[in-house]
Amino acid sequence: MIKRLSFLLFFTLATSASFTASAADLSITVSNLTRGMYFTPLMIAAHAPEDRVFTSGTPASASLQAMAEGGDISGLSGDLTAVGATISENAASGLLAPGANATAEINTDGSEANTHLTVVAMMLPTNDGFIGLNGIEIPTEPGTYVFNVNAYDSGTEANDEIRGGGASGVPGFPAPGPVDAASGVNGSGVSTTIESFVHIHRNGIGDTDALGGSSDLDATVHRWLNPVARVFVTVN
Amino acid sequence: MPIQLNKTFSLAVLLLMSAFFLSACDNNNNNGDDSDTPPEPAPEPVTVEFEVSVVNATSTQPFSPIAVIAHTDQYSLFEIGEPSTTELEVLAEGGNNADLIAAAETADGVLATVSAEGPTGPGATENLSLTVNEDDLPGLTVSVVSMLVNSNDAITAVRGMSLEGMEVGDIQTVVSISYDTGTEANSEAIGTIPGPADGGEGFNADRDDIANIVTGHPGVLTVDNGLSSSILTEVHRWDHPVAYISVMRVQ
Repeated sequence: MIKRLSFLLFFTLATSASFTASAADLSITVSNLTRGMYFTPLMIAAHAPEDRVFTSGTPASASLQAMAEGGDISGLSGDLTAVGATISENAASGLLAPGANATAEINTDGSEANTHLTVVAMMLPTNDGFIGLNGIEIPTEPGTYVFNVNAYDSGTEANDEIRGGGASGVPGFPAPGPVDAASGVNGSGVSTTIESFVHIHRNGIGDTDALGGSSDLDATVHRWLNPVARVFVTVN
Repeated sequence: MPIQLNKTFSLAVLLLMSAFFLSACDNNNNNGDDSDTPPEPAPEPVTVEFEVSVVNATSTQPFSPIAVIAHTDQYSLFEIGEPSTTELEVLAEGGNNADLIAAAETADGVLATVSAEGPTGPGATENLSLTVNEDDLPGLTVSVVSMLVNSNDAITAVRGMSLEGMEVGDIQTVVSISYDTGTEANSEAIGTIPGPADGGEGFNADRDDIANIVTGHPGVLTVDNGLSSSILTEVHRWDHPVAYISVMRVQ
């Protein structure tokens, strides 16, 4: 007989999965797999299955927009706290650099309903791109599990790819320290429109002219292939 | 995969036949032995065999000779965010796995190594046989690595895939992505890419990438996407996954 196991199961120590909800002592490590994209402060949350922070194909919430356009997770933090989620904010203490990882310990003891895991953070430099692990069921058997994370576009800002602001509705991308150093200047702006719904990001286009051109993204550096991150969930 | 199933079947038949002859021999020996306690059979190491199959899922990226390493958690091919070893750099920039395999064979935790005899072209499948001792099964993992040769330093790899608990006939399949070893800038320039797209330089000890760390690969830009100095064309692009890697326990 041929057994075909999922990618996920290869990296686990567990041999069976339980579908009963239970509290868990969890270690969540987020690894930035990209070559040149920074992640803004991470929002990591265990929550009830119905409390997802976004749904592909539908408009972003104002809180998701603030995270995706400027890395501001205060709105999502408030939303998730209001529904009793177990959250970790800013595990990397700032930007998570390419190749770097950060770990948060969360414990859902006493919050039995928080059976699903979400991890989001803005990707810089982008207009409104973000990493999204969207409400996956948290395994209950002790072990370490790996989840691949894709890049999404919140659909709230046109991807003009030039420097600008991080507040919701303000065009352009914010460029803190290392993003400033790696990005071009004086781009004329890629001509494009707002999509108005969350979707898988179509990637940056960039250009090879650091001092002009249409984009302030470096076409060889500010690009990615999914997955852009891996999340390692250790159930203790 | 009918070929693999047939192979398993024939191996199973061979095993059964071997068992028959072995027991027949034992009986003959016992018949000729006057003592009440038969002599202890000579302790021979019991081996287990896996077949590792790698399918190149790209359109125009031949894989350099694939290296397969069986090991415990003491060995790691590379870590995301850490610098590449020189032997991995040699593989990633020039497609030569000899240094990587030589280093692995003296590394702690490595149980066996195998290399393909030649490259694996786009769409092609490489089947490699990996044998370890049965005693090594607890904690046994396998890593597989190869260069995408029409690139500066792109590799595909699976690291530390667990083979523990696999029984004869079991098969596991994973997909693998591409990684950038961070040892050579992704210039895509003429003379820097060893594959048939260029025929340029392989290993160069200089480390001139934007960061001297291994990460996921961002893909190639190519001349058709606006990098005028690139020797690559749009056909050399790839997306994830770049390979399907199956491991079957055949013995």
